[in-house]
Amino acid sequence: MSDTVSLITIFVLAVFVGFEVITKVPPILHTPLMSGSNAISGITIIGALLALTAGEGTFTTVIGFLALVFATINAVGGFLVTHRMLKKFKRERQ
Amino acid sequence: MSDAQVHLAYLLAAALFILGLKGLTHPRSAVRGNAVGALGMLLAVVVTLVEQGLLRAELIALGLALGAAIGAVLALRIRMTAMPQLVGLFNGFGGAASVLVAGAVFIVATQAAGVTQAAGVTQAAATAVSAQETIATAASGLIGSVTFFGSIVAFGKLQGLVTEKPLRYRGEQVVKLVVLAAALAAAAMIIREPLETGRYWALAAAAGLLGVLLVIPIGGADMPIVIALLNSYSGLAAAATGFVLSNTVLIVAGSLVGASGIILTQIMCKAMNRSLANVLFGGVGAAVETVEQDDLYAGKVKQTSAEEVAMLLKTARRVAFVPGYGMAVARAQTAVRLLTEALERDGVTVEFGIHPVAGRMPGHMNVLLAEERISYEKLRELDAINPAFPQTDLVIVLGANDVVNPRARESSGNPIAGMPILDVDKARTVVVIKRSLSPGFAGIANPLFAADNTLMLFGDGKAAMEGLVEAYKEA
Repeated sequence: MSDTVSLITIFVLAVFVGFEVITKVPPILHTPLMSGSNAISGITIIGALLALTAGEGTFTTVIGFLALVFATINAVGGFLVTHRMLKKFKRERQ
Repeated sequence: MSDAQVHLAYLLAAALFILGLKGLTHPRSAVRGNAVGALGMLLAVVVTLVEQGLLRAELIALGLALGAAIGAVLALRIRMTAMPQLVGLFNGFGGAASVLVAGAVFIVATQAAGVTQAAGVTQAAATAVSAQETIATAASGLIGSVTFFGSIVAFGKLQGLVTEKPLRYRGEQVVKLVVLAAALAAAAMIIREPLETGRYWALAAAAGLLGVLLVIPIGGADMPIVIALLNSYSGLAAAATGFVLSNTVLIVAGSLVGASGIILTQIMCKAMNRSLANVLFGGVGAAVETVEQDDLYAGKVKQTSAEEVAMLLKTARRVAFVPGYGMAVARAQTAVRLLTEALERDGVTVEFGIHPVAGRMPGHMNVLLAEERISYEKLRELDAINPAFPQTDLVIVLGANDVVNPRARESSGNPIAGMPILDVDKARTVVVIKRSLSPGFAGIANPLFAADNTLMLFGDGKAAMEGLVEAYKEA
């Protein structure tokens, strides 16, 4: 099995896992689900790190750096804002 | 760190993401779930830094610190009412990061291929960059750029910088098709001859234009679908970038987010009884049937006052609120909470009926009510609250229109036919708080306003609700 095929296998199986898990999220949590899953797509940080260490050219450095900043905003901001929202979902008022 | 160790750590990070999302299936476990997801991210980042031997450490530290600072400020300072635009903006940042990473990696790869060629190696440069990399690069550029520019337009619409009205024009679909064809042509050229990095930016530019063209015609009430779709795209772009780098954690995380966004998109479409194609290309809310509206409402609409509603509330045992985007716009949720508290002190049962597409993003109303510390157990879905309406003494519809329009029960002949709605007309009395009798997004009259058991309380949502709170206390 080639590397590409194993990566496609991982991709397809992960999509199925995603469907299974996320179908069970109740509508009241749909907004935190969006912001939380969005934070996970900040995983592009890893891509930006790899791009920055792979190339030393000025242009690649600039766009790699920008990618790192964008992805970090996405991840840090996403997890924090989700946390802030979820803290507000209370069962009984204290 | 060995290659195997790195990949095992990535596997652990991916597992943490899945467990984190699983935590979001219940409000009790959600906070922890989110933290577990964040832990997965931290693990993946630290492992990558260590594996790369802390190369360019200052630059990377600066980038991480800058991104974390901006992200934290945005996340902690945003008002809950502005949540849809923030989520839209974050979607866009994810897309942009994918476009830039794929671009940077592509440049490095083509340079390496060029060096190989110059060194007299016979192997054609085109094959030095593998098919997987080129196809994934093209996909990353295409999806990422559509996500970024589409999200920026969505942000503009939600923030009020761009009109929320659907901007439709003649030949719209043709224009979109031409731009899509241009983007696909650029993608095909990259895949066939991965030498010219200029083509990649041409692809990103065409895809960016496509993103703008796709979102510009979408009206405000369809925003939940667009936001969910862009959420999905931001994940798919990350997964495509994972294929560029042959990186498993990017692929898994990206596909989880892609799946999540697709599910939300489907739920939203179903809640509107429309297909995704219809939302993206169809367009709703063209003409307002004024004649029909006059006939329907003439002499039948009963206006009420805060005092009258307060009297009705005094005798009610069971009350339900049905909030819509109007509540968010008027910022009436605090007054809603005050009235809820006053009613509950008098032993009245209070519930909230929440339509899946109420507001500008999936779950919008729930976040606003949660912010007011209203227990999530009172927030009911369609299927849960509809059977309860016949036993409900009073329903207060606040800033919602199409989602309570009984004409949705007709099988065809109007834009909302077949859409699942909240059956508020089955309650004993319905009070609709609204500025005027103007139609909702679908552009059709609402027979509910003229029904025998409906009273109209005209005015701004916040002022009307505050008036109601006062009147109830005095009654």
